[in-house]
Amino acid sequence: MIKVKSINSTAIYVLWLREMKRFVRAKSRVIGTLAMPLFFLAFLGLGFNNMSIPGMSKDIDYIRFLVPGIIGMTMLFTSMFAGISVLWDREFGFLKEIMVTPVNRVSIVLGRIAGGTTTALIQGLLILGISLLMGFKIIGISSLLLSIVFMLMIATTFIGLGLIFASKMKDIHGFSLIMNFVIFPLFFLSGALFPLGNLPFYIRYISYIDPLTYGVDGLRGTLIGVSSFSIIFNFIILVGFSLMMVLLGAYFFEKSESV
Amino acid sequence: MCVIKAENLTKWFNGFVAVDHISFSMNQGELFGLLGPNGAGKTTVINMLSTLLKPTSGYAEVAGFNISKNKDDVRGSIGIVFQELALDNRLTGRENLEFHAMMYGMGKEERRKRIKEVLELVELTDKTDVLVEKYSGGMKRRLEIARGLVHKPKVLFLDEPTLGLDAQTRRHIWDYIKKLNKGSEIAIILTTHYMEEADYLCDRVAIIDHGKIVALNTPNKLKDVLGGDVVSLEVERSIEDLMSHLKNLKWVKMIKKHNGFLNLTMEKGEKRIPELINIAQKIGIIVSSVNLRKPSLEDVFLHFTGKTIREQETSHNERSREKMRRRMMRR
Repeated sequence: MIKVKSINSTAIYVLWLREMKRFVRAKSRVIGTLAMPLFFLAFLGLGFNNMSIPGMSKDIDYIRFLVPGIIGMTMLFTSMFAGISVLWDREFGFLKEIMVTPVNRVSIVLGRIAGGTTTALIQGLLILGISLLMGFKIIGISSLLLSIVFMLMIATTFIGLGLIFASKMKDIHGFSLIMNFVIFPLFFLSGALFPLGNLPFYIRYISYIDPLTYGVDGLRGTLIGVSSFSIIFNFIILVGFSLMMVLLGAYFFEKSESV
Repeated sequence: MCVIKAENLTKWFNGFVAVDHISFSMNQGELFGLLGPNGAGKTTVINMLSTLLKPTSGYAEVAGFNISKNKDDVRGSIGIVFQELALDNRLTGRENLEFHAMMYGMGKEERRKRIKEVLELVELTDKTDVLVEKYSGGMKRRLEIARGLVHKPKVLFLDEPTLGLDAQTRRHIWDYIKKLNKGSEIAIILTTHYMEEADYLCDRVAIIDHGKIVALNTPNKLKDVLGGDVVSLEVERSIEDLMSHLKNLKWVKMIKKHNGFLNLTMEKGEKRIPELINIAQKIGIIVSSVNLRKPSLEDVFLHFTGKTIREQETSHNERSREKMRRRMMRR
């Protein structure tokens, strides 16, 4: 289906470069997307820190439990936005400029994934850095590197999902629907804020088809050494999800008409 | 050499035909115009030829490549300026051009040289490192024209290149288009609903209405179809009477009633006016105004479609409003 030799690395690079330039210049956007996870972290973390939460190990503070969840949340939001940003390009006409170039569609999708993944990773790492300043401790440098692997997989999964939505929508009016009916449920069902063991079993099963569940659990396993599933299990499931979403995203993007 | 060949190109959108069996060809170095009201299907033709839309049926070649089978080859040989702006406002002028040149796989040295050239052509050299969001409308258009040229395309598409620009900027853009057509082998196809624009710029003009080409020739030959000058007579009443009297005169080549005016075409119109008024007086009809002019493309359009471009646009807008109303009712 995808011919390797048709992949255009210059095009991927320049699409990535454009994302980076826009990212650096849109400081208000960066602050805006960082504000919400930081508020969650500060208010939930401080507010619940002295409460014991059923189903959670006694020697883990709530804030330690929460930090990987909030990093997962940041990755979810920024990656979905990056995927859906195709819609903004369509709105401002720039998508047409991209689509009339002799660059094959697979490279265009890869360029967007490269750009989106980088911006999401930067924001995830910023949240991690701020948490470290607030006293969060990770179990080691190798765990940090492993957690970056998980962040990358979360990013590609949700950029792919964002691309699917962007290809199916004609304009940005449906965006708030996606925010409320896709992004927030994915977030709340992922176990980012509380252990999934507390949920009634029928909701727990829904959370098992949420890719972010494995992302957050994997981040917890790598950063604080506590997780519901093994790290390798989370890894395998997430590799499957990210491949599936990227292929589907590329497929729908290819099918969609750009005018 | 033929750079665009279209045969029976057709596009349907949900049960309505936007482009209806259009055929034409254009040559290297030619400046070709598609003239017609908004909604006539001009942009749809451009979108199909530039591979952004799949034709419902029909066939076309651009720069020798099939638009359905060799999309990437077509894309590599064309440059395009869209009707709506398609720039990244958060990038500078140079960055927009760099992005474009790299997408077309141009090498570093070639890029630098070519970007300098095109920026000089559109006189934006001193604004290259300014963010595009700070550009005026005319500057954005010029930057887009420069961008369309960076990769040395064989064919340049300009979709309503002066839409929404003031008269002075429009003149400016016209000069750039003339200039770049003169010195090179590049073929330019432009769409417009401005008569003067098509008349001033184009070597050949295709008049397009309701998705069909109704006439195609050089502007002068199109005007010759009318056969001489156009004389418009305004009469208060009995316009039919006057029409039936004038119809049989040998030197009246064409006669048409339009909006309370009687439009006649004839040679040496200025000499015939007294005669026309005499005839009217004889049958007791008062002519309240007379206008004599060389035919414009507007007259040509009126001749072929029975309406002026502006009227056609109004009726098109009414139709789309009606469609919208019906859609709202269904909800």
